[in-house]
Amino acid sequence: MKRITIEPVSRIEGHAKISIQLDDQGHVANTEFSVTQVRGFEKFTEGHPFYEMPGITARICGICPVSHLLASAKACDAIMAVRIPPVARKLRELVHFAQIVQSHALSFFYLSAPDFLLGMDSDPASRNVLGVIAGHPELAREGIELRKFGLLIVEGLAQERVHPSWIVPGGVATPLSGATRDRILSELPAAKGIAERTLQFFKGALDRYKEEIEFFGSFPTMYAGLVDVKGNVQLYDGGLRFRSATGEVVEDFVPAEEYSNYIGEASLRESYLKAPFFKPVGYPGGVYRVGPLGRLNAASQCGTPKADAEFKEFHQRFGTVAHSAFLYHYARLIEIVYALEKIEASLDDTRILDTHTRATAGVNALEGVGMIEAPRGTLIHHYKVNEEGAITWANLIVATGHNNLAIGRSVQQVSEHFIDGTKLTEGMLNRVSAVVRAYDPCLSCSTHASGLLAMQIRLLDAGGTVLDELTTD
Amino acid sequence: MKKVKVATVWLDGCSGCHMSLLDMDAAVISLSRKIDLVYGPLVDAQEFPEDVDVTLVEGAVSSQDDLNRVQKIRQRTNILISMGDCAVTGNVPAMRNSIPVQKLLQRVYVDGADEKKGVPSERVPALLKQARPLREFVKVDICLPGCPPPSKTIVGVINDLLDGKKPNGNLKVKFG
Repeated sequence: MKRITIEPVSRIEGHAKISIQLDDQGHVANTEFSVTQVRGFEKFTEGHPFYEMPGITARICGICPVSHLLASAKACDAIMAVRIPPVARKLRELVHFAQIVQSHALSFFYLSAPDFLLGMDSDPASRNVLGVIAGHPELAREGIELRKFGLLIVEGLAQERVHPSWIVPGGVATPLSGATRDRILSELPAAKGIAERTLQFFKGALDRYKEEIEFFGSFPTMYAGLVDVKGNVQLYDGGLRFRSATGEVVEDFVPAEEYSNYIGEASLRESYLKAPFFKPVGYPGGVYRVGPLGRLNAASQCGTPKADAEFKEFHQRFGTVAHSAFLYHYARLIEIVYALEKIEASLDDTRILDTHTRATAGVNALEGVGMIEAPRGTLIHHYKVNEEGAITWANLIVATGHNNLAIGRSVQQVSEHFIDGTKLTEGMLNRVSAVVRAYDPCLSCSTHASGLLAMQIRLLDAGGTVLDELTTD
Repeated sequence: MKKVKVATVWLDGCSGCHMSLLDMDAAVISLSRKIDLVYGPLVDAQEFPEDVDVTLVEGAVSSQDDLNRVQKIRQRTNILISMGDCAVTGNVPAMRNSIPVQKLLQRVYVDGADEKKGVPSERVPALLKQARPLREFVKVDICLPGCPPPSKTIVGVINDLLDGKKPNGNLKVKFG
């Protein structure tokens, strides 16, 4: 038996390694996906006042701090037992849609576009965002502008792009000004143009990726995502729906406080990232996927005109339940279109400028759960407090965790199909990394992991002797 | 003009400092004419290169892997920058420092699991007893505090270094 290690997996948001075992004929026998750091927020937040939780847990992730701020604030709202003012809810949703745009743009343009535009087998020294800027300047510029548009809204509302302190228990700190609304609306048409052009471009290129669509994590699983009572995609609120691999709704509208009846967590020997599973099925059979693909598979429609047309076309092409992880990219681009439509609708409602943005209260319940759809999938913050409001227990289930088992199986499938152990190439191993990238895993979120640095590829025999090593000078 | 070799490193942090770096938006286009990004989360380089001009490090030193990495990086870097509060002071990762590592892992992987209760032990690096700032392990040339440091401050320092200037001591930094 020989072992290949890809460490760290590059162009993902976190630090992971992949271990591939080959048999004596050079065929892939077994693979493992390991996440290699943990911070332990669940433990070290004990004793802190609950209202500090949004600010502390935002620091789980610098890419989607708004997700943690929202899930945390919702858990705090539950502890205070308040219904937040209507405009506070609208503003939280607005900042959330904006974050979806920026985070999805980061994943597509900065992290994965190098594979699509420069090629899976292209020179790793320039297979990155600077290579895209040099080779495809117009598309690169549009990606930068789209991400910036999302952040313009975050900054306009919350004064800061990363870790803003604007989302608070009970609502949001300040109202939206008319001037900021007008500025966002004036830049919206350009952002919509970019989103639509990018989606058309990607759909036009799909034929080039038939092999990836067929072998990149393409297997039946369940899917989960928040929906409203009509089955529309929901990002900020709603209940959790699980849909089976064959398309039946298995559970619908599960409220936040009942999550633990349906979601269990298993520890893994070889990873700091735990593996959630669907409890009624058990571990390890209860695999489900979340995130853009999970949402578009779980929901009945998006609920906005342009996104719904895209939703329909997507499912016409790939079935009621689309199973390939490569299609996460496609789903992500549809969700950008959706989020921009929702941003426009929120800003067209004059009540968005209402000024009563915050409810206040003390501790009225000793437990609270907040559940939202983060860019990468369902995010759950669950806190218990004492009468004084100090945290006594906390549990966080983050988006990427739900996908842990599916990512592991996808790595196995891609390895089996693309890797020939007798003649290893860097491009083969980049495909293994690329399937991980398709999920856009946020390992920073999931374990609060360390950086993803270089990719080191070594072929070892059973005794650990290096048989082959890939390096580029 | 020869391009300046820049690396970025992400240790135990949240990537917010890297996001602040990217928040230079379109300025990255002109910057890309002057620098080569030779290593880091955004690129596929396989090994930390031998002769890097500037390395920006985000995050605290928290695991044995982090420690091995910073020592190698220091040897191979001319100017080493601590980017953000986690690298500068330990910040949020250091909130675990009063808790014994085994207790922390027990809470997450034994008490916090429904199945296969047990602390991961294979192919994962051991955590250090505490998450500590970078300067306790290696010499740091420039500190950029903030959670995260403002984008303009990070880019300002890079531009000063590109112009051959000593970075301004009165950098616009912020608390939190």
